[in-house]
Amino acid sequence: MAAYRLEMRDIQKEYFGNRVLKGVSIRVEPGKIYSIVGENGAGKSTLMNILFGMPVIHNTGGFSGEILMDGNPVRISSPQDAVDLGIGMVHQEFMLLPGFSIAENIKLNREITFPNMVSRLFGSRLQSLDIPAMRRDSRKALDRLGLSTLDEMLPVAGLPVGYMQFVEIAREIDKEKTKILVLDEPTAVLTESEAEVLLATMRRLAGEGISILFITHRLDEVLAVSEDITVLRDGEQVATLKTGEASVSRLAELMVGRKLEAVGCDACAPSPKGDKTLLKIEDLRVDMPGERVRGLDLDVYEGEILGVGGLAGHGKIGIANGVLGMYPAEGKLILDGKELPLNNALEALRSGMAFVSEDRRGVGLLLDESIETNMTVTAMQCQEKFLRRMGISLADGGAIRRHALKMIRDLDIRCTGPEQIVRRLSGGNQQKVCIAKAITLEPRLIFVSEPTRGIDVGAKKIVLDLLVRLNREMGVTVVITSSELAELRSICDRIAIIYNGKLEGVLPPDASDVDFGLLMAGEMSHSRKEAS
Amino acid sequence: MTSAQETRTTQNAVPPIPPAKKKFELAYALRSNVVPLFFLVICVIGAYYSGLSLPFLLNEIVVRMARNSFLVISLIIPILAGMGLNFGIVLGAMAGQFAYFATVNWQIAGLWGFTLTCLLSFPLAVFFGWLTGKLFNSAKGKEMITGIILGFFANGVYQLINLYFMGNLIPIRVPEMLIPGGYGLRNTVDLKIMHYALDNLWKVRISIPGSIMPIVVPVVTLAVIALLCVGMHFLFKTKLGQEFRATGQNRHIAEVSGIQVDKIRILAIIFSTVLAAWGQIIFLQNIGNMNTYGAHVQVGTFAVAAILIGGASVSKATIGQALMGTLLFHTMFIVSPLAGKNLLGNVQVGEYFRVFVTYGVIGVALALHAWQGKAKRKT
Repeated sequence: MAAYRLEMRDIQKEYFGNRVLKGVSIRVEPGKIYSIVGENGAGKSTLMNILFGMPVIHNTGGFSGEILMDGNPVRISSPQDAVDLGIGMVHQEFMLLPGFSIAENIKLNREITFPNMVSRLFGSRLQSLDIPAMRRDSRKALDRLGLSTLDEMLPVAGLPVGYMQFVEIAREIDKEKTKILVLDEPTAVLTESEAEVLLATMRRLAGEGISILFITHRLDEVLAVSEDITVLRDGEQVATLKTGEASVSRLAELMVGRKLEAVGCDACAPSPKGDKTLLKIEDLRVDMPGERVRGLDLDVYEGEILGVGGLAGHGKIGIANGVLGMYPAEGKLILDGKELPLNNALEALRSGMAFVSEDRRGVGLLLDESIETNMTVTAMQCQEKFLRRMGISLADGGAIRRHALKMIRDLDIRCTGPEQIVRRLSGGNQQKVCIAKAITLEPRLIFVSEPTRGIDVGAKKIVLDLLVRLNREMGVTVVITSSELAELRSICDRIAIIYNGKLEGVLPPDASDVDFGLLMAGEMSHSRKEAS
Repeated sequence: MTSAQETRTTQNAVPPIPPAKKKFELAYALRSNVVPLFFLVICVIGAYYSGLSLPFLLNEIVVRMARNSFLVISLIIPILAGMGLNFGIVLGAMAGQFAYFATVNWQIAGLWGFTLTCLLSFPLAVFFGWLTGKLFNSAKGKEMITGIILGFFANGVYQLINLYFMGNLIPIRVPEMLIPGGYGLRNTVDLKIMHYALDNLWKVRISIPGSIMPIVVPVVTLAVIALLCVGMHFLFKTKLGQEFRATGQNRHIAEVSGIQVDKIRILAIIFSTVLAAWGQIIFLQNIGNMNTYGAHVQVGTFAVAAILIGGASVSKATIGQALMGTLLFHTMFIVSPLAGKNLLGNVQVGEYFRVFVTYGVIGVALALHAWQGKAKRKT
């Protein structure tokens, strides 16, 4: 028997010419817990999708590299293949049917049946369900996880999230063949104590000989349970360590660390930063699906460039969307001493704020309208600019054209003219139109979300430079939200890191990689909780 | 950590869930059955003011239950498979009617004719169901509106065939079926040869003391409906039934667990269409003649309204709800014109109320479904 239960050798994957995995190799021993850590977009999910034979991999040209199980090369071209080989996957989002009982969920599509008269005539699909046998098996699986108090006939619908996670694991270990269990961020939805139970359970399962691939952001958990750790960054395997060689700060550094690109304008004057609080956010809660904000306090100083960073799904995107009234929000906003009503986009825009949305093509632009219309439409709506009053308000074509031409010149928008439809522009130029639209409002405070997402490298620098110029030359306070930490570090005065919908900490741009990594992984609030 | 300690931490950290209350709660029972209760009250009031005698009313109810239950029950499977109210059963009704044209044309009478009609309708209904299912799979989430429009479209094709092809391309032996011009079916097709083919096999008369009119019970027809209920119940206890329910709850999860969702959905519609075809055949053998161009038109709406009045929703339905709905809906049919006349001096008011309720209840059910969906997304 080979020494490794699973080996993935030199796995490479491209999505449309974009290399997301650049030669990753892992080796998992039987009965060991192997952790994979990395930021969002580091390639963890892609690696697991390859292992599980997800259609998304094979629809996009497959991958290169080898997968071996127990020393034998295997081909995994569908999730069914993976299941047949004994790979069990607990997905990040729950794969449970709320209306079914726990037992029915554990046995979903693997129901135990017995033949009856009808099934003898019309085939095995019409065999009756053997509910007692299904209950027995489920009971066994739940007992193995130490959940002897949980009734297997309860519907999943009312269960606490923690239990759902265990039901998912029970389903996987109930499959007799399961030799490798993949847990994709299983503790993300759990409370501290539930997570501990889960870790204990993982150790016990490993003790029974099941190999576990553990994917997470929580570095202390990685150190607590796993033997081997691989760190991925931008699709590269930056390190593979034994637990003994690793520490939380070392992992954080490996996870985040990257060469800083010198963007921004080093030569310009420092930002006209004052100590006056321009916007005070108190206990903000935003119900934005996938990016919930859960009680955030943050001050924005007049004249600064504030960066907002954090991992995807932790709510950094939700902040600007909540403040500008795009998603239902609760809490308190004080702009320049006056309280602002929430959930009112018009009022937010009228009070001197502007927003460049992360959803450029959905929210930011009217794709089939001209550049000039896009630039002026918000100002016309909110501030009644570019209008001629003749009983009814009419658009002032001349003023619009003059303004658009000036903006095109100032921001260097590459286009055929102000009448060009924005759908035809490149991503970078579309982003410039979005920014022009925001500038047209002459805001004091501008929120910019993911300004460089989906635009090419050259355009990135131009967009960032533009934001800096806006700040330095026009004195606009800028709040920029971005997943790219390097980008924030290159232009911001302060960087706020969001974790789990709350402010985790604020760092200067020149703070060390370790500090950023620790904040993004939520280590501060973990240790705070432990201390209290 | 020893394993004993581990087990203890496990149990300490995850507190047991209190067992669900099994006690009967009146308020809860009332709340969850508010729709059928509301219509029950209306039916009782209507029955009182209609001035109909109880034996007459009971007789009518029995007749109409035997006539309509089958059609209403045919809606259950698609609801459980997550496809909503299958307005496409209109196509099933058409399959049944096409089969009748054949047997009437061949002049096969009585139970044999009835049985042959059922057999002939089967392949047609399977084919129509397959087409409908295919269409619904490419309009996932919009099955109901698709089904309604499909019904209109199919009606056009049905008219084309019966108005121009019958007697022309399709030879018809019985000249009474055709319009005098030589082609095209008449407005009414006489089903006298199969009238009561099933009902009259065994009729039990229950006489009620103090009344001249006995209640006539078509035992065989009711037995067929009972058999269907048992069959449905059996189906839901099988692997296939589990697949229907899993698909209905969440297509994506069902697919990830290896259930062939698209096939299951088509199968659900085929079941429903075939049952609707047979339901329509039972319905028409009781009526005794067929309105060629109108008999199927309202089948979908009436069946849907009935099951909704019984307390079903777009995503939940039981056999009991289907039967209860049929009972209430058709009691309303019987009593509302007379109640309207007696209360307000006008038959039209009662008629108006009935039509209003039919469409109103469908509208409310769909709106409720949309609101619930919205609330679910919020939490």
